[in-house]
Amino acid sequence: MTDNTVTRAQLSEAVYQEVGLSRNESADLVETVLNQIADALARGEMVKISSFGSFSVRQKGKRIGRNPKTGEEVPILPRRVLVFRPSHVLKGRINQVGDAQQPAPQQSEHA
Amino acid sequence: MTKSELILRLAELRPHLLQRDAERIVTTVFEEITAALARGDRVELRGFGAFSVKRRESRVGRNPRTGASVNVEEKLVPFFKTGKQLRERLNQGNPQQSS
Repeated sequence: MTDNTVTRAQLSEAVYQEVGLSRNESADLVETVLNQIADALARGEMVKISSFGSFSVRQKGKRIGRNPKTGEEVPILPRRVLVFRPSHVLKGRINQVGDAQQPAPQQSEHA
Repeated sequence: MTKSELILRLAELRPHLLQRDAERIVTTVFEEITAALARGDRVELRGFGAFSVKRRESRVGRNPRTGASVNVEEKLVPFFKTGKQLRERLNQGNPQQSS
């Protein structure tokens, strides 16, 4: 497994190569896409990207936490958290053959 | 919001873009993230979040209907960690939010 990190720069480069707009505009468009997703989530909307996955906002209730160092009890206030559920297509792509760690396919099971 | 609504939104915000290009932009972004994860790379989008791949060890599972043991093979699963800025935005305007 390689251990590289992909950032906005590579996403913009891919858009630049694929669509043929300027590099600046490609970077701006990638940012706009991310911002639109973030805005929808901040409104509490679910974002579903077919064959990739869905992002949803979940409300968490108040609970009592503990400072692991001091053992002191601290209340954790109600808050909203983001949950990402990958699609089957994405999970499939990640486990595709070609990966050295991929176990041999098992055809006997009907999952 | 669905992927097609996101494409429409992008086309609205950038009226000079062809609808077809708006679609290619959105598709390319998610395709690049998918390809990176398939290579085992991490995708880090500051302020938004980071996608990574986690390994799940093989384990002995059970068929919940029959109770029979089944071997569940090792697998890789995508994982998303919300970025700090987005996490804060989700809780903005919430007076109960701790800092």
